[in-house]
Amino acid sequence: MTGQKKSVPVTPVAGNGLLDRRLFLQSGLVLGAAQLVAGKARAAGREQTARPEWMNVPGQPFTLYGQPAEYEDEVVRYPSPNRQLRNNGASWTPLHRLEGMITPNGLHYERHHNGVPQINPDEHRLLVHGMVRQPAFFTIDNLLRYPMRSQICFVECGGNSNAGWNKAPSQAEAGYFHGLVSCSEWTGVPLSTLLAEVGLDNKAGWLIADGADAFAMNISIPVEKAMDDAMLALYQNGERLRPENGYPLRLILPGWEGVLNVKWLRSLKAAAEPIMARNETARYTELLPSGKARMFTFTMDAKSLITSPSGGMVLKQGPGLYQVSGLAWSGRGRIEQVDVSADGGETWAPAELQAPVVPKAFTRFRIPWQWDGAPAVLKSRAVDETGYVQPEREQLIAAQGRQGFYHYNAIVTWSVDEYGTVTHVYTSEAQAADSDISIDAGWD
Amino acid sequence: MLAGTNPGADEIRPGPNLGEPADSRAVSSYDWGIMPDGAGLPEGSGTAVQGRVIYDRLCVSCHGPGGLGDSGDQLAGAQMQLTDEWPEKTIGTFWPYAPTLFDFIRRSKPMMQPGSLSNSEVYALTAYLLYLNDIIPEDREMNADTLAGVKMPNRDGFIQVLD
Repeated sequence: MTGQKKSVPVTPVAGNGLLDRRLFLQSGLVLGAAQLVAGKARAAGREQTARPEWMNVPGQPFTLYGQPAEYEDEVVRYPSPNRQLRNNGASWTPLHRLEGMITPNGLHYERHHNGVPQINPDEHRLLVHGMVRQPAFFTIDNLLRYPMRSQICFVECGGNSNAGWNKAPSQAEAGYFHGLVSCSEWTGVPLSTLLAEVGLDNKAGWLIADGADAFAMNISIPVEKAMDDAMLALYQNGERLRPENGYPLRLILPGWEGVLNVKWLRSLKAAAEPIMARNETARYTELLPSGKARMFTFTMDAKSLITSPSGGMVLKQGPGLYQVSGLAWSGRGRIEQVDVSADGGETWAPAELQAPVVPKAFTRFRIPWQWDGAPAVLKSRAVDETGYVQPEREQLIAAQGRQGFYHYNAIVTWSVDEYGTVTHVYTSEAQAADSDISIDAGWD
Repeated sequence: MLAGTNPGADEIRPGPNLGEPADSRAVSSYDWGIMPDGAGLPEGSGTAVQGRVIYDRLCVSCHGPGGLGDSGDQLAGAQMQLTDEWPEKTIGTFWPYAPTLFDFIRRSKPMMQPGSLSNSEVYALTAYLLYLNDIIPEDREMNADTLAGVKMPNRDGFIQVLD
């Protein structure tokens, strides 16, 4: 090992080879890389020259809208549509193939209840009505003139990670298991601005939001959230919203369950009570073992997972120094700390949090790991600024039962075998073995 | 109850006031919402007998005969209770409010031609689904008054977390 400074120890700080998080701040470390089994074979057997072919001819001309490199064609969403209605369902962000905290717009997760409407912005208006002094329509051109603000935050489907309720551990790749969450910089008009203009009645407790998709999605939002940090978003990562993310106008409710962030927003009705829509009663509620169901569970609690190495990857280069990298987020504010274990939770070490650590946004964490070639069990555990600690799977099931479907946020455990193959495991082997019945995703 | 506090009037950024006033006719053409007490239910009526014919034409391909479920939700015929290991969350075992059926069917269904049903067809389908779940008799007419008066078996089955 070269380049180490005397101030940073290279002796493990936790079991099974986790090293001090500051180690990577030094130069000259030789890193292994977790590689995907199905990765495209590149330059196999090809002789590397000092002047490769692309240096001997002029390059390609300019493009109007840039596209990923052709070699990155496996970095794609994974659609999981209803088997009869193919425009109804979800598609997953490939978190295991991404780095940093921002999700590229073309890879943001999708959850549509009846397809993506192709909306002409000149023919779209937002109506604000109900318990207001003056009901009013707002055109998109008009909304673009309003004072705006930007916020980096995640949006997470309430059903994200729900394969975790299954009794057998899912072997889907990390993003295709936990990727109904993405993080963007959203820009738009504070909802409070419009509510002040229309004269919101102070007895109004709820806003009923309707979308302009074929499903005409509707759901109720408390006025407190609307006046706090809710946004009428027009831009995503600097460009106008993508059609699948609500073009030309959507709600962003930072930290709150995805379904409340209504896409293709067409109306907001101020009311004294919630509408008790299908998607806040029959769906997006969590059935408890008592037979009662929790409803209006708005906030997405703290969660983390290691994205590299993760399920389906192989540490092909054998034993050596690796970087463990992952994501943590909390709907209640900032991520305070992420602990990582390489010995199945016997010992933990704090990971380095990549700045900036933004409330209600993805926080990238990293920690160096000296893999000695023996079987290892990797876990991450997020703690947010409220002191909330991401639960172990057994704790979550003990508290919520197995039929909640939504709001699964337990610690994710990856097993690395002596060949470097990474699989998803549950800590308790007895639980993994007792049944093969699976949750039916039921995207309809 | 909820995180955060409402900003005072002076904290709200002033806007340019570009809203275009909406009259009551425009508002009612946009507002399809039906409240859980039945507020907003329109004129029209239908029975389960009428609803069965519509269901078998437009709904059965996804929801299965008699609402037993297929690629779409199981709507009726639950054998398992909510406290069983594999509960069946149907309209009869789970839905807390009957008017929600009207709200949802009218705005969203059928999936290939949403918005195409008349109000009386929506009442008829609602009646058929309530009948399949043994909540109303087959010949009971559903309209704005009677649908608002239907009490669902799981009416008190929810805990409002509000957080």
